[in-house]
Amino acid sequence: MYDVLVLGGGNAALCAAITARRAGRSVLLLECAPKHFRGGNSRHTRNLRCMHDGPADVLTGVYREEEYWHDLLQVTGGETNEQLARITIRHTATCRDWMLGNGVRFQPSLGGTLHLSRTNAFFLGGGKALLNAYYRAAEALGVEITYDTAVTNLNIKDGRFTSAIAVRDGVEHEIRAKTVVAAAGGFESNVAWLKEAWGPAADNFLVRGTPYNMGRVLRILLDNGAKSIGDPAQGHCVAIDARSPKFDGGICTRVDCVSLGVVVNENALRFYDEGEDFWPKRYAIWGRLLAEQPNQIGFAIIDAKAMGKFIPPMFPAVKAGSIRELAVALKLDAAALEATLARFNAAVRPGNFDHSVLDDCRTEALSPPKTHWARAIDTPPFFAYPLRPGITFTYLGVAVNERAQMILQDDRPAHNIFAAGEIMAGNVLGKGYIAGIGMAIGTTFGRIAGEEAARHVVA
Amino acid sequence: MSSLEAIPLELIDEGRRMASICNACRYCEGYCAVFPALERRLSFAEGDLAYLANLCHNCGSCYYACQYAPPHEFQLNFPKMLAQIRAETYKKYAWPSALARAFERNGLVVSLITAASLALFLLVLTLAIDRSVLFAAHPDREGSFYAVIPHAVMAYAFGAIFLFAIFALFIGSTRFWRDTEEEARDFLKPGPFGGAVADALQLKYLGGGGEGCTYPGEKPSNLRSWFHHFTFYGFMLCFAATCVAAVYHYAFGWEAPYPFWSVPVLLGTIGGMGLLIGPAGLLWLKAIRDPALSDATQTGMDVGFIGLLLLVSVTGLMLLASRETAAMGVLLAAHLGAVMALFITLPYGKFVHAVYRFAALVRYHLERKRALPEIGAE
Repeated sequence: MYDVLVLGGGNAALCAAITARRAGRSVLLLECAPKHFRGGNSRHTRNLRCMHDGPADVLTGVYREEEYWHDLLQVTGGETNEQLARITIRHTATCRDWMLGNGVRFQPSLGGTLHLSRTNAFFLGGGKALLNAYYRAAEALGVEITYDTAVTNLNIKDGRFTSAIAVRDGVEHEIRAKTVVAAAGGFESNVAWLKEAWGPAADNFLVRGTPYNMGRVLRILLDNGAKSIGDPAQGHCVAIDARSPKFDGGICTRVDCVSLGVVVNENALRFYDEGEDFWPKRYAIWGRLLAEQPNQIGFAIIDAKAMGKFIPPMFPAVKAGSIRELAVALKLDAAALEATLARFNAAVRPGNFDHSVLDDCRTEALSPPKTHWARAIDTPPFFAYPLRPGITFTYLGVAVNERAQMILQDDRPAHNIFAAGEIMAGNVLGKGYIAGIGMAIGTTFGRIAGEEAARHVVA
Repeated sequence: MSSLEAIPLELIDEGRRMASICNACRYCEGYCAVFPALERRLSFAEGDLAYLANLCHNCGSCYYACQYAPPHEFQLNFPKMLAQIRAETYKKYAWPSALARAFERNGLVVSLITAASLALFLLVLTLAIDRSVLFAAHPDREGSFYAVIPHAVMAYAFGAIFLFAIFALFIGSTRFWRDTEEEARDFLKPGPFGGAVADALQLKYLGGGGEGCTYPGEKPSNLRSWFHHFTFYGFMLCFAATCVAAVYHYAFGWEAPYPFWSVPVLLGTIGGMGLLIGPAGLLWLKAIRDPALSDATQTGMDVGFIGLLLLVSVTGLMLLASRETAAMGVLLAAHLGAVMALFITLPYGKFVHAVYRFAALVRYHLERKRALPEIGAE
C-alpha cells in the first residue's frame, strides 16, 4: 500500500511525485512509456512562462500578474477559470527556485525566440533535460518508478479511489494506494478518439508529441464520474511539414515561412491571409486551417527573396526553376497554380517590405487578401514546403479545484483523487495557446497535487 | 575547397541531416559553442562540419537532452557523428598526407612506435655503453645522466623530432584553417586569439553549460574537466621543466640531474604527478563511459595517447625516485624512449585534437563578432 500513486511520467507527474516524497510519503510512479521515451509531451517542451516583477535569472524586464492574466484571457477568449489561472500565474513567480533545487537549469531564450526572452524561462537542453533532472531527483529521494506500465482501470467508488489496475510485461497488477494523482496527459495520440471529435480528417493529422498519450486515464476518470472540462474538438494544432513522422516529430517539424509567401491547398488555391499578423501570433491557427482543407494538406510557397529569412526547417524545400515545374513536383495542377500566383502577384501593391513590423506590403482586390509582407512571388528558384495539421495537445480534461482535487459530476471534490498537467490544463487554458503555459500549469498543479495528496494521507 | 582527400560523402550527408534537425530545434544552444556556431549557418558544407566537429568535446550533454536520440526514428546521435567526422579531419589535414594512414589503426601505430622507441634506447644503451657504467649506482651528482647517454645525443635527437612535430602540426592547422575559408591573417587577431586561449585554458565548453558535462554518464559531473586539467597542466609543467633545464644547461653550464628542490625537478615532479593523475582518471572515465556515445573505432587512438602520457609520467617519476640506484640507466632509457615516442606521434595521434580544437575556438570567436543571419521569429 503506497501513500501516493502517481499516474503518468511527465513534468506534472514528477512535480507531484517529488513534492509528495519530500513530504515524507511513499510514492510509486507509473509511466506507460519505455524509459527512453518517458515524460510524455514534456519531452518536447522547452520553456516555462513566468511572472516576474523585475529581471530574474534568464528573464528580462518585467512580466506582472495582470499582463500575464490579460495574455491568457486573450488567447482563451475567456475560456479559463480565473481563480485557477491566477494560482498558476503566481506560482510561476516562485517555482524556479524549487526547479533549480531539483536539478533543472535555465538558459537565455534561443536564437529566433527573442520575443520570448521577457516572458519565458528556457530549460537548458529543453524538456528532456528537465525530465532527466527530475527523474534523477525523484530516484535519489526514493520515489519508486516503473516504466512500460499502462493503467487499464481504476477502482473508484463515489469519488473514492482504492486501487489501480496496471499491466506490465503482459501481467496485470493491482496497486493499492491511499491517494492517486492523475497526471497522464491528454488523448492526442489516440487517432480513434481524435476521429470522434474531428471526423475522418483526423486520419491525416500528424501527432507532434508523444505516441503514448492515448488518454486511457482520462477516459477512466470520465467514465467514473469525473466532471469534464474543455471542448473535445479543441486541440493545439499547428501547421507542420507534411513529411514529418506520424508521431513524436516535435519542434523541428515546424515551418516558419508562411508569412513570407503564400499557402495553397491541393487545388492550388489560397485559403487564408498569410500575413494577418506576426507568425508567432498566428502559427497556432494554421493547423485548424489545414484541417479544413481537402485531404488536410497545404503547400507554403516562397521565392528566392524569402529563402534564408526564417529558421531553416529540418526537411529541405521542394525546389524548382519555375512555378510550373514546382506544381509538377508537388503534384498540383500546374495551370491552376500559375493562375493563383499570377492573380496574387498582380494584386500585390508596392510597399516597404519589413518582416519585423506589420508593414504596408499588401494585396488589393484579392480574396483572401494578404495584408502584410505581400511581395510578388516572381524570383526563381521557387521553393515549397508541404504542410499538414500537427496536433500537439488536447483540451478535454477533468475539472479540478484550487487544491488540485478532481471534481465530480455533482460538483463535489473527489475524496482522494488529484489531477495535474495536461489532463486538467483545460481548466486554465480552455482554448488557444501561449508559449510556456502548459509547463506552467503542469508545474503548479503537479506541486499542489503532490502537497495535497501528502496532506490527505496524514488527515 | 582544398585538394586534400575529402571526408566520406555518406558521413557528410549524415552530418548535414543531423545538423539540419539541430538547427530547427536549437534546444541545446546553452551547452557549448557548437550550437551557437551551427545556428549561424543555413546549410552545412564539409568545412562547416569539420569546424563544428572540432569545436565539440563529446561531453554528451546534447545527446542526453535530445528528444530525437535513438531509439527515436530520427536516430540523432549528434556528438557521435561529430566524433566520426572529427576523426576524418585528423586524417584529412595530416602532414605529410601519406602519414594520414597512421590514423587508421592509430592505437596499433602508437603502440608499435612506442615499443620501437623503447627498444631502440635500450639497445643503444646496452650496445654502446659499458655495462659497468649502465648498471652502476650513480651518486646523484651533475652529469651522471650523461655518463649513460651523452647530452648531445639527447639534445639533437629530441630537438629535431620535436621541431618536425611542431612543423607537421603547423601545416595541419593551416590546412584546417584553409578549409574554414577564413583569412590566414585573421587567425592571429588578438581578440579572437585571446578568447580562444582563455577558453582553452579553462576548458570553458567542457562544463555542460555550468553543471559539468555528462561524462561518463547522464549525471552532470566535472570529473572529466578536472582530469583533463591535471593532464594539460601536468604536461605544461613538464614542458616548462625541460625548458628551464635547457636554460640551465646552455646558459649556465649546469648539468642534469639537478637537486630535488631545484626548479626543473620541482616543475617536473609536480607536472609528472598531474600527468599521472590526469591520464589515469581519463582512462578510468573512458572505461565506464556510456558506449552509446563512443565511436569504438577511436578507442585505440584515445587509449594510445593517454597510455603514452602515463608511460612518460610513470617512467619519469620512477627515474626521479631511483636516480641514485643501479636501475637509473635502464629507467632513463625507458623514460627517454617514451618521451621520444610521444614526440614522434604528436602529429599522428590524439594530441592533434589540441591544435584543431584551438583553431576552431579562434574561428568561433572571429564569427561571434559578425552579424547573425537575419531570420524572422519562429
